[in-house]
Amino acid sequence: MDMNGGQALIRALEMEGTEVMFGLPGGAILPVYDPVLDSTIRHILVRHEQGAGHMAEGYAHATGRPGVAMVTSGPGATNIVTPLADAYMDSIPMVCITGQVPRAAIGTDAFQECDITGITQAVTKHNFLVTSADEIPLVIRQAFHLATTGRPGPVLVDIPKDIVDPTNPASATGWDWPTDAEVEASLPGYHPATTGDPEAIERAAELILAAERPVLYVGGGILKARAAEALRELAELTQIRVVTTLMARGAFPDGHDLCLGMPGMHGNYTAVTSMQRSDLLIALGARFDDRVTGKVAGFAPEAKIIHADIDAAELGKVRRPDVPIHGDCRLIIEDLVAALRRRLSAGATTPDRGPWNSQISGWQERYPLAYEPPAEGDQLKPQMVLEHLRDSVPEDTILASGVGQHQMWASQYWRFQHPYTWINSGGLGTMGFSVPAAIGAKVGRPDRMVWAVDGDGCFQMTAQELVTASAERIPVKVAILNNAYLGMVRQWQEMFYEERYSEVYLSPDLPDYVKWAESMGCVGIRVESPEEIQPAIDKANDIDDRPVVVEFRTDSREKVFPMVAAGTTNDEIQVPPFQAGHGVQTGEGGH
Amino acid sequence: MTRRDALPGDPIRHHVLSVLVENRSGVLSRVANLFARRGYNIVSLAVAPTEDEGFSRITVVVDVESAPLEQIVKQLDKLINVIEISELDPRWSVERELLLVTVSATPEVRGQVVELAQIFEGRILAVTHDELTLSLEGHPTKVDDFEEMLRPFGIREIQRTGRVALPRLGAQRGPASATASVPPEAHAADIA
Repeated sequence: MDMNGGQALIRALEMEGTEVMFGLPGGAILPVYDPVLDSTIRHILVRHEQGAGHMAEGYAHATGRPGVAMVTSGPGATNIVTPLADAYMDSIPMVCITGQVPRAAIGTDAFQECDITGITQAVTKHNFLVTSADEIPLVIRQAFHLATTGRPGPVLVDIPKDIVDPTNPASATGWDWPTDAEVEASLPGYHPATTGDPEAIERAAELILAAERPVLYVGGGILKARAAEALRELAELTQIRVVTTLMARGAFPDGHDLCLGMPGMHGNYTAVTSMQRSDLLIALGARFDDRVTGKVAGFAPEAKIIHADIDAAELGKVRRPDVPIHGDCRLIIEDLVAALRRRLSAGATTPDRGPWNSQISGWQERYPLAYEPPAEGDQLKPQMVLEHLRDSVPEDTILASGVGQHQMWASQYWRFQHPYTWINSGGLGTMGFSVPAAIGAKVGRPDRMVWAVDGDGCFQMTAQELVTASAERIPVKVAILNNAYLGMVRQWQEMFYEERYSEVYLSPDLPDYVKWAESMGCVGIRVESPEEIQPAIDKANDIDDRPVVVEFRTDSREKVFPMVAAGTTNDEIQVPPFQAGHGVQTGEGGH
Repeated sequence: MTRRDALPGDPIRHHVLSVLVENRSGVLSRVANLFARRGYNIVSLAVAPTEDEGFSRITVVVDVESAPLEQIVKQLDKLINVIEISELDPRWSVERELLLVTVSATPEVRGQVVELAQIFEGRILAVTHDELTLSLEGHPTKVDDFEEMLRPFGIREIQRTGRVALPRLGAQRGPASATASVPPEAHAADIA
């Protein structure tokens, strides 16, 4: 079958099962956009290439399938660098196609030329510059294989215009779809790990049975490995408490008796402190991020470490594990469960964990997540808004978040009962993530209700994608917690810079969010008083034919607690001031 | 710049990594970028195609202690175009380097320079009335020594290739492991 490179590219994407792609055309990628008209793939035209990237990420988060984005060369390509970096940090499978100037023009500083493979080397799992039309099917297969296996991540494929332009003889090609074996043989340096070393798994089982104060430290890798069920079996078999990191929220149900919630800089007191006092941390698909460990030298000082991860470079990168296990988390957990069952049925016993469990219950009682209710005339408490929202939506609602205070409150106050219901930018911390990510999620899961929780600062970065959502009939809902500030920066300036507020004020009224929403084809609602919260949410939930933006005017003085200040250990966790009278350490530094 | 052999008790910092990569454009840049991005210092780097032209071998000498070496090896291994990484133990490797040097050699001292070149089995490539260009191939330590001996005469220009290495016959090419202790260099047999 003879075709041109552009047709081959679209055909290859179809063959890889691509149902939807997010993108924006331009000069160099123009020839590839022509066959899009004849394709089964739904193309969503974004308003900014960053939106395409985050939509692809949101789609991948929600569905587990790779997100696909396509943009042009030069500025189109550089505009998608942030989403690539975001996807790389959070291990999101994504394939990004970029146009490139014709091969003969590469290196001449041609119009809209940039070295995007050079630029993205450090923020992609891999990237390709395709040099002939015949290579296109193989490179696309390689890109999907790399993006979705092993530790997932973004892969960029840069396509020079001449090999896809039907008016250029260099674009003529046949159609040769490589087999799986050919794809593997074409990547001789790539061998993603599968099962873990059985000896290491036996040693892990031994440590688990011997531990008095074990904690399962669960990271986003559990979700990538589709290991939520296996994790639940492990936790229930061993009755070990589970903390779910920011990237793992939903991997273990918040409503489960064994769930301790989120650890880390803004984790709850019990999750943070149980890790800190633990004698065995079982880290599964987690990477000992600095936002979880606090000052590494003082992190969980008495804990032995079992660390399972698909990426060998994570084992020992931050904290040297006593038992490293390199492999796929789902397979490792299944083998671990089998090893534990064998030992238990052979009469193995565990130490009395009663004292540990009562210590945990004590912390939970004394230091629950809490905020002070608003006084008469105060602005809305953001936490209260989130509680109302949480209690007014179906349990399987997908929640996307931007980055900052609202993100932490959302993670803290939501009740995640299912995997893949929480989408956020954990590693890179990309402001503006939530609106496009929510749109991508809704495209992937049209059956689900999708809410974005956003800050006013974040919203202003990518709000224009609501035009995309309106035009494409993607009915996402956005809750803006408008406190008129870059809230998290304000919090740090209040706590650590002697209340010297430098360049953080944004104004509550500029822009007018309701008018802005309406101008983008959305329903806009403003909420200023507590009585308005519930009716506004109910109204938003009833609208299913267009996006809705609800702006909540929230109290700018509200801070996220607990907090482990940067550079301190988790022992120095600061609880909210009204809880601090209970003899808890509140930390010396910072104030 | 002074050089000396490692003494017992010195922290081991020089490691020779032999990295087999796919021979395609951009691979060297990926490898070099990785070192730069993680803040590791490359002492020398040599790269050329292998017996199979589909692959190249990069011999890289890195200046790190063991723990960061383990991390850099693991990060290198994640590069899709990297096939295999091994650390070459100097005890079980043949290592060579090529030196080109132009040295001052006025007629009064030319005889001494020529004599040095003969002792080290170097070659004279070019000569003018007051300069000599020499080449020397040998173990990197021998090259170091030669360079030191020439220094007092006045080195005008020098270019070294960086080391290349292969396992000795009969020795295994082991996987790179930061925990393997590498003893101080012992290479008398090579120099002789």
